[in-house]
Amino acid sequence: MTFTRRQVFGLTAGAAAFVAVAPRISFAATDDTEAAIKAFTGGAEPATGTVTLDTPEIAENGNTVPVGVSVESPMTADNYVESVLILAEGNPSPAVATFHFTAMSGAAEAKTRIRLAKTQNVIAVAKMNDGSTFIDRKEVKVTIGGCGG
Amino acid sequence: MANPKPRVKVPKKASKGEVITIKTLISHPMESGQRKDKQGNLVPRQIINTFKCEFDGQLVFECDMDPAVSANPYMEFNAKVENSGTFKFTWVDDDGSVYETEKKITVE
Repeated sequence: MTFTRRQVFGLTAGAAAFVAVAPRISFAATDDTEAAIKAFTGGAEPATGTVTLDTPEIAENGNTVPVGVSVESPMTADNYVESVLILAEGNPSPAVATFHFTAMSGAAEAKTRIRLAKTQNVIAVAKMNDGSTFIDRKEVKVTIGGCGG
Repeated sequence: MANPKPRVKVPKKASKGEVITIKTLISHPMESGQRKDKQGNLVPRQIINTFKCEFDGQLVFECDMDPAVSANPYMEFNAKVENSGTFKFTWVDDDGSVYETEKKITVE
């Protein structure tokens, strides 16, 4: 397999762009958001999986963005999801809402509508009754910000 | 502000042990404290900060809300019903007002 000079330049530029962008996505969380996650988990680093965020890819109006969260759990008296924290790291204040479930909830699922100031990551952190924590992040593109000027 | 009107959707009937979906909505402006009026003064924050759902006195679902929850806060969640009873829904405003409503469910 041989490359022309032009192809080589294209590939290198593409790879460089990817490397430059990737860290911004994974480490975009602001200090406030990190602090909020730490406070919620008690300092532990949450694992991925188990919790699923359901957000639209593009939100035209940042004033009401439908957000759903569901956690895999049997939801019995000795094995259930205690609470789920929702954060929006690009908002003036990242905290959005905290859901508290009980064994009476039957299924750890909740939906609400939130405000997003700009295109950003929405984060859900779930805490089980045994103390283990799980995290999920989704990027939502916002056309019109929802924090009124 | 005018008395916020809570609206709640609970199925009238369910079978024993069924997980039902409950939808709630309350009319409230949820002033975030970020917005400015025409004179450029900040509009003070006034939101509903807590929502609670109880079934015959037992907590089913609770939510702490921050200013990033949209106006007219909407909540959808689940509940497992084993027997007939009454769901009680409570919203607490920043100014201390409490809005309540109740719905009955029959389990067959």
